[in-house]
Amino acid sequence: MRLLSVLIFLPLLGIPLLMVPSLPDRWARICALSVTLLTFALSLFIWAKFKTDTPGFQMFEDAPWLDQLGLRYTLGIDGISLFMVMLTTLFMPVAILMSWSVKDRVRLYMMASLAIETAILGTFLSLNLLMFFLFFELLLFPMYLIVGVWGSKRRVYAAVKFFLFTMFGSAFLLVGILLLFSQSAELLGKGTFDLQELMGLPMATETARWIFLAFFIGFAVKVPLVPLHTWLPDAHTEAPTKGSIVLAALLLKTGTYGLIRFNITLFPEASRHFALAIGVIAVIGIIYGGIVAMMQTDLKRLIAYSSVSHMGLMVLGAFAFTSMAMSGAVLQMVNHGLSTGLLFIAVGMLYERTHTREIAELGGIAKATPWIAGVYLVAALSSLGMPGLNNFIGEFMVIVGTFPVYPLLAILAATGVVLSAIYLLWSYQRTWQGEPKERWKHLKDIKPREAILVAPIIAVMLLIGLYPRPFLDRIEPTTDALVLYVQTETGTPAQEPAQEPAQEPAQEPAQEPAQEPMPSSFPSSDEQGAAP
Amino acid sequence: MTTPELDFLPLAPALFLVGMGMVVLLFGAIYKRASAKWLLLFTLLGLAAAGLVAIKLWGWEGAPTVLGGMLVVDQLAVLATLAIVGVGAMAALLGADYFDGEEPGEFYALLLFATAGMTLLVSAADLVMVFLALEVLSLSLYVLVGFTLRRAAGEASLKYFLLGAFSAAFFLYGVAMTYGATGTTSITGIARALSGVPLPGSLALAGLGLLGVGLAFKVAAVPFHMWTPDVYQGAPTPVTGFMAAGTKVAAFVAMIRVLDVAFAPLQWNWQPVIIGLAVLTMVLGAFLAIPQTNIKRMLAYSSIMNAGFVLVGIAAGGAAIGVTLFYLLAYAIAVLGAVAVVMVVSHRRDEAASIEAFRGLSKRKPALAGVMTLFLLSLTGIPPAVGFISKVGIFAAATNAGLGWLVLIALLCAVVATYVYIRVIVLMYMDEPTVQASAEPIRITTLTVITVTVPAFLVLLLGILPNLVAGFLEHASVLRW
Repeated sequence: MRLLSVLIFLPLLGIPLLMVPSLPDRWARICALSVTLLTFALSLFIWAKFKTDTPGFQMFEDAPWLDQLGLRYTLGIDGISLFMVMLTTLFMPVAILMSWSVKDRVRLYMMASLAIETAILGTFLSLNLLMFFLFFELLLFPMYLIVGVWGSKRRVYAAVKFFLFTMFGSAFLLVGILLLFSQSAELLGKGTFDLQELMGLPMATETARWIFLAFFIGFAVKVPLVPLHTWLPDAHTEAPTKGSIVLAALLLKTGTYGLIRFNITLFPEASRHFALAIGVIAVIGIIYGGIVAMMQTDLKRLIAYSSVSHMGLMVLGAFAFTSMAMSGAVLQMVNHGLSTGLLFIAVGMLYERTHTREIAELGGIAKATPWIAGVYLVAALSSLGMPGLNNFIGEFMVIVGTFPVYPLLAILAATGVVLSAIYLLWSYQRTWQGEPKERWKHLKDIKPREAILVAPIIAVMLLIGLYPRPFLDRIEPTTDALVLYVQTETGTPAQEPAQEPAQEPAQEPAQEPAQEPMPSSFPSSDEQGAAP
Repeated sequence: MTTPELDFLPLAPALFLVGMGMVVLLFGAIYKRASAKWLLLFTLLGLAAAGLVAIKLWGWEGAPTVLGGMLVVDQLAVLATLAIVGVGAMAALLGADYFDGEEPGEFYALLLFATAGMTLLVSAADLVMVFLALEVLSLSLYVLVGFTLRRAAGEASLKYFLLGAFSAAFFLYGVAMTYGATGTTSITGIARALSGVPLPGSLALAGLGLLGVGLAFKVAAVPFHMWTPDVYQGAPTPVTGFMAAGTKVAAFVAMIRVLDVAFAPLQWNWQPVIIGLAVLTMVLGAFLAIPQTNIKRMLAYSSIMNAGFVLVGIAAGGAAIGVTLFYLLAYAIAVLGAVAVVMVVSHRRDEAASIEAFRGLSKRKPALAGVMTLFLLSLTGIPPAVGFISKVGIFAAATNAGLGWLVLIALLCAVVATYVYIRVIVLMYMDEPTVQASAEPIRITTLTVITVTVPAFLVLLLGILPNLVAGFLEHASVLRW
């Protein structure tokens, strides 16, 4: 049973249904929703079938596609992509429920949504670089439509900016992929895009570094890392709620996912070489994003900048090369998706009622809509890393895992957490608390549909916050193997925890992190002369 | 003296086309009141016959060249002929829709002659034959461009004619020089004569340069592109499509033969020049497309930019011929589809082809806006349209040839071009239709449906399953010396 293929292309099945002429809007919504729910059910099945004790790719699929060009249809899932897939399938039905009130060209909207789901799932599951790139690009256009057609006032500007920025990144990424292809043709005698064949390709150090940089620019735009982030506040702000959810929760993850899956896996030496520089960029992003977020007057823009800040943390964790930081980064990818997604949902509900996102115009809304205020508060608390909620675990793992390697960066990154507490709580206070203005007194509180879509997200957030074991059990074998791989490839002695991943303390990963024996034996990246 | 053995089969595609052209011409003249449908039918029959013969030539086992070394039969020729015949058929259908029954007898005849010229061009094995084919093709096109007798069309036609005559002179001079240097005009003969020589003489280099200029005119490479925007804008829309798709394929195949076969021994001399031309063509094409407000003019600059991409493939040398051909094919399909939509949206009036006509199209005609989007995405190189994989193919070949930096330039130009294409998409999807545009309904005929859906289908099919044709293209062997 080719489960992964079915999963990827299931959403596309909805598109011919939506093409039926004169399909009522109501049915278009139901059709899209049921298709995405079906996909979610299938992904749960995959979650259940996923073997927790194997680090490699599972449910592997391989078929010829365009062999002349080295393009093969290769799919596989591991502990990193599993979570990205779950996040995607969870958020798609939520996003569709959230856009129930879209009136204009509903069928096109739903088609674009389903195409996005296919593209994102394909991006996370492809093991062939060219196929990955294909899905990566496929994602672009429907997303652009969602922002540009159904967004708010400056939507066209934001959509075009988004499109051009990502195309710019993609140009570098494609050059990188093609250079790697020509390297493989030279070194293996046969050009290939296959991830597993390309791993450990004996490239010259210099060449590998250049190709690494090309990949890095490509993904840095998507993540986005400062200074390539400027498309994000515009796109997030102008997009309809659904668009913001998908952008923040899913699309940004393709960037960090790409960094982990391709940059680190394919160029271990170059990753170590540039790790410090990337860490610095990431920390600049964390602090810059946090400070700029504080100054925003538009609620969505504030969350957008908080994303810039949070994404930096993931990149920092990924490039620290300790098992804990790496697992933390992957977990944080999920967490950020959940909490930022929920923040955007809460703001979306607010916007549907007030038609403004200006913090100055709001205030005291909680009086009329206590439940929505509660949703926002939960999301904000999660996002600022309150213990008991999901982000705490991930942020803690990243910071503690990074500390032994880059103590200064870890400390600076921790200030990002403080900053997020400031801007999120302050925004909560200004938006929801205080005396309500006259016109906000009669707002309607949460509807059943909205409550239904919010509930599973909060449930997952609590689950990760209180009992992260089932999640870490699935992440760690993969991340440990990856960190071990990088360490052996770059000549650093292997660490013990990498071999015994399942034995880690279950309940509180925060408790005794420093006992992990990775610290001091790591040479700082400048000393990395692993190459001849 | 013995009469050379003559096998007509390799010549048959051109013979069918020219023959049917005559028939259409006479039929149109004699039965003045005959329905234009018959003319279209004859034209399509002629094209189909030519295509069938070409398919039969795929496994040709006779002599590699016929007619005293004038025509070559190799897979490159067969594939290009098939592509050109397909383009011709699409152009004929577009023309039928465009003229809508107003005595277009000569239109079909000229179209067939031009197609014949193109098929001869792609299978020419001798510079003299290249020149003759170019002239057959060009003369028919000069007339076709001015066919509507509008002012702009006349201007375009004259411009094309004058500059075309120039380029023909360059080309012919180049033939003479090359003959002086090598003592032959046969493409394989030139390669043979040049291959043993350690240092090429100045005569050979001059010949190469002049031939290159002549061909660069035809493919509209910067700085020989000046005629393109005016001609594409002024020409009747079906002719624009025919030129953008057909002429490009034919002229580039001829360029492959001249550069990559005849002058292969001088590859190190022409490669830097082609790279320079490619950079200029891509950059200027992309940037000049931005300010255009006439969609046909925009497509002209886009065709210039695409010529730059093809030049990247040619610069990559012999290994890239298959992917270059695939790229040309993908471009031809997308541009024909786009032109078909432009024609309908501008109410079959050339002067109305402003991008304003597309404002709010997704509300007026969602399906039409959808297919136009598909064609534009293909031109941009976004999956699942075929433009994506064809671009990757050509760039992969160039990277393998050590031209990674050129690929980066090409891709950055593609980003600029993206802006050009998505501007149209913005108008179609993110703007409301203007009152005045809504006043005149868009008329969709059966022919429109065919000319729009066939390319759309192909764009998707080849984009998702490129392996359907990749096998053929991989075997696109070229006759060498």
